[in-house]
Order: sequence, then structure tokens, then C-alpha cells
Amino acid sequence: MLILLVLVWFLNINLGSIHIPFKQFVAILLNSPVENESWRYIVLHFRIPKSISAILVGSGLGISGLLMQTLFRNPLAGPFVLGISSGASLGVATLLLGASAIGGVFSSIAVSNWSISIASSLGSFMVLSAVLIAVKRIRNTMSILIIGLMFGSISAAIINVLSYFSSAEELQQFIFWSFGSLGNLSWEELGVFASILFISFLFLILVIKPLNSLLLGENYARSLGINLKQTRYIVLIVTSLITGVITAFSGPIAFIGLAVPHLTKLIFTTSNHRILLPAVAILGAILMLICDSIAQVPTSEYTLPINAVTSLFGAPIVIWLLVRKHKTVL
Amino acid sequence: MEMKNILKASKLSIGYAHKKGNYSIANDISFELTKGKMVCLLGKNGIGKSTLLRTLSKMQPPLNGSVFVDETNLNSISETLLAQKMSVVLTERIPESQLTVFELVALGRQPYTNWLGKLNDQDYKKIQYALEQVGISDIQSKKNYELSDGQLQKVMIARALAQDTSLIILDEPTAHLDIHHKIEVFNILKALVKNTKKTVILSTHEVNLALKMADELWLMTENDFKSGTQEELIALKELDKLFPQDLILFNPKSKQFEINN
Repeated sequence: MLILLVLVWFLNINLGSIHIPFKQFVAILLNSPVENESWRYIVLHFRIPKSISAILVGSGLGISGLLMQTLFRNPLAGPFVLGISSGASLGVATLLLGASAIGGVFSSIAVSNWSISIASSLGSFMVLSAVLIAVKRIRNTMSILIIGLMFGSISAAIINVLSYFSSAEELQQFIFWSFGSLGNLSWEELGVFASILFISFLFLILVIKPLNSLLLGENYARSLGINLKQTRYIVLIVTSLITGVITAFSGPIAFIGLAVPHLTKLIFTTSNHRILLPAVAILGAILMLICDSIAQVPTSEYTLPINAVTSLFGAPIVIWLLVRKHKTVL
Repeated sequence: MEMKNILKASKLSIGYAHKKGNYSIANDISFELTKGKMVCLLGKNGIGKSTLLRTLSKMQPPLNGSVFVDETNLNSISETLLAQKMSVVLTERIPESQLTVFELVALGRQPYTNWLGKLNDQDYKKIQYALEQVGISDIQSKKNYELSDGQLQKVMIARALAQDTSLIILDEPTAHLDIHHKIEVFNILKALVKNTKKTVILSTHEVNLALKMADELWLMTENDFKSGTQEELIALKELDKLFPQDLILFNPKSKQFEINN
């Protein structure tokens, strides 16, 4: 699988709207002289960062999807069930759409990459805090799922109201953000992105064992001496952090988080999280790289919205696998 | 030498705590239980058998009174330590997953494994022993969604056994099973008690089977909780009170419940 990941990664960097001959491409990677210096710039400052963010997004969303499915013991759960992405969307919508409505302070701030990231992080953080406060008062895990969905629809409603009062240009800007995008990240931003994800992943090692016992249900998990509350907090915070950061940097990327855990379980036919967690991360990265390569529409100058590709390409695969194997399981 | 109590309850009230006063289900439950016993908890539907078992296994707090496991108050035992003293088989069906029978039983070793849950030689031995005792070694690589109700129940018993606790609590382990599997489950549990000196507590509606197999009976009625051996309870005519007499009667000669004609 790791070999496949590297292969797909190379393919992804090699493909793009500007054709770069393979020999020259290798030369760039080996840092030897190339015919056209702008090719080197494209690869180093555009394609490689983009491919790295694809890897980060794919593995992050895959992992948080798996966490949610196990925690809620619901195969339909995904990374965004907690309403995190809606929160992020709300943050960005307030920035892009609310600017004219609120006027003054906001419109004076240039809408840059960073301000969008910050707005989206703030949005997801607000929803996360609301969810965590709710969790504190609620014992039933299923209620958390419903509360997350409710927060999601509240955010969606506010976004609707904001959209209604916005100009066409502002709307277009917001819609483009909601398509999701893997590019546009500088090395600096990638560094922040990667380190937050990496720290989140480290925490997950602590919950592998509790996650496995959660496959028996919460009561059995408790009877095995698992600290349920602590596990729930770690899983919820890590998921929110991962999805929040991803949405902040790449927009609300759909589908991967729901589909990758299922694909992984179908391929590996196991529910053991010691195997599943790394497998989901790698498969998520592979799938995201493939989706991104398709989105480039090789040899053409168009780039499709990544969000459309993930669903168009991924959904049929999952349907096909499920029909073939007849079983939906956690 | 006096035998140590493996489980003890004193003046236990069970039920649910609410803001507007408590909703109690049963009061003043006291008993003492020593090692190596098979105990059957009998009572009508809705009388509070599950609530009692949940309270004994720390899944819900008592309204009043205390439970002692191994002479230690349940409140002061850590979750991990309790998991090494007491295992449970619940009525809830486990969610479908790709866990194999072996992995399921292996989860019983969690209280002993390291933070990654890695199994060592001793864990493997305990798991194999549990699989053999319950007689499911042949299906150990099956996925849990491929199992029948009867097989699944045996797997859950094996998992509890692998947890290697001196106390196993089972809530209606024979529900949904045919008569063959009901007797099989009783036999497995009886053999466990005999071979391993564990104490097994199970709630059941199989009153006649319970009367034949149990070392001790716990009877729950509207206002009362009685524990004792079959002979003691027959002498006190306690078994007559278990069900309303219009449909079913206890026959002290055959020591079985019979339909009231």
C-alpha cells in the first residue's frame, strides 16, 4: 500500500494542466538543470505542496470518519456529523458574505488565505465548544450525533440568511471556497497544517484499545475497564481538530471521510483499529491523490472542483463494493 | 476459617435517581455470596432483575446501601481493577462488525494488556482455554455477523471467561435461545463453576432449569428479595410467591413449577 501511495504521488505531481516531459520532471526532483526553469517553479511551489495537502486531507478525513463511525457505532457517520464543517462554513460565510452586511471593520480586512483559515477555524472551534458543552451534560452518545446535526442545520440556516443579503460577487467567492481546494497553500501554511494533524494523530495511539472495545458497545467497553468519558473526549477533540484544520485550509471536502473507512474495512476485512487507523490514513491519501489527479483533467487547462470529483469518483466505487460483498458492518 | 465473601450487598436500594425524587424499584436487598457458586436470579418481567445486576456491576449507582466485591466497596474500586474481578454478559446485542470470534474473545484480555492491547503468551493461553471450555474453538475465525444467536451467546460467555474474573454476571443469557441451547448454556456455566471455582450469577426466566442447576437462588418479588438454597426457600414457601398463583404453581414434590389446571 505504501508503494502504491508513492506511485500515485509521483503520478499526481507529474500530471497537471501544463505538460512537463517525464525526463525533465525527474531532473527537477533530482535538482539537476532543466530546459525550462518555470517548470521547476511549478513543480516545487505548486504541485508538490498541492500533493502534500492532498495526502494530509485524505488521511485526516479518513481517520476522523473512522473515529466517528466507531464512536457512534453508525456506518453513516462521517467527519462532519459533529457540525464542524458547517461551523467552519459559517465562519467563512460571515467573513465573505457578512462583510458588506456588517460593513466597516470587516471590509477593511483584505480577504486573504490566512483570514479565511482563521475565520473557518473560529467557526469550527465555536461549534466544537458547543458540542463539548453539550457532551458534558449528556450521557447518551447517540444524542451527541443528533446535537451535532442540529448545530449543522443552524449554521446552514444562518448561511442561507447571509447569502440572501449578499451580492453576487460575494456569493461566488463563497461558493468557490465551498468547492474545496487543495492548492493555494504555501510551504509555510503546509507546515502549520501538517504539524497540527501530526499532533492529533499522536493522541490517537492512546485510544486504539478503547476504540476496539467500543466495537462491543459502551456497556461492554466500560465492563472492560475503559474510561469511557476520557475516550469520548479524546476522540471528539481530535476529530474536531482534524476536520477543523482541514476545512480551514482546504474547504469542506465531502465524501472522503465517509467512504474511505468503508473501503478500508471492505478491503482489509477487519475491525481492529490497530490495522484500520494506519490503513485508513494511507488509503485516504491515495484516494485523495487520485481524485486530485482527475480534477486536473490531464492534458487540458481546466481544473474541476475537487469536491465534485471526490463524490463522482468515490461514490460508485463504494456502491460497487457494497453490492458485491452484501454486507455493511462497522 | 470463614470463607471470604466474593460479593455482598447491604441494605441496597436500586432504581433511578431523578431531580424530582428517586424512582426506586426494589429496597432493602441484602445478601452474602461465597466463591464457587452458581446463582440464579428469578422474578417476573419488570421486577428489577436487570436493574439489580446493573447496580451490582457498577453500571448504575445504587440509590442507597452498598455493594462489596471481594470485601471492597464498589465505589472505591477503580474501573480497571473491577474489570479484573468481574465480567458481564449483557442482553444488548453487540453492533455488527468485522471482529472475528477470536478477536471478540481476545477483547476480554483488555484489562491485562498494555496500552496498545498487545496479547502475550499468557493471554493466548487464556483465550484458547476460554474457547475450549465453551466449545467454540472450531468457529474462532468466523466473523461475528455470521454467527447464530446461540453461537453468539457462547462467544460472549467465552469472552467473559477470558477476562479471568472470579465473578461473572449474566443478564438473561438464555433469552432468544431454543431449548437445546438453553440447556447447553446452563451446562457450560455449571461446568465453569465446577472447574474454575468462579461464581456465576445469572438472571433467567427458565425457572425449572434454574431449580435443577443452581446452587443458590435469588428471588425477587414486588416487595421482597430472598436468597438461599433451594431447600431453604422451599421450606419457607418462598417459591410460591414468585408468580401469581392463578396460572402457575410450585410443586414441592417434583421441585418444579407446573401449570395450574
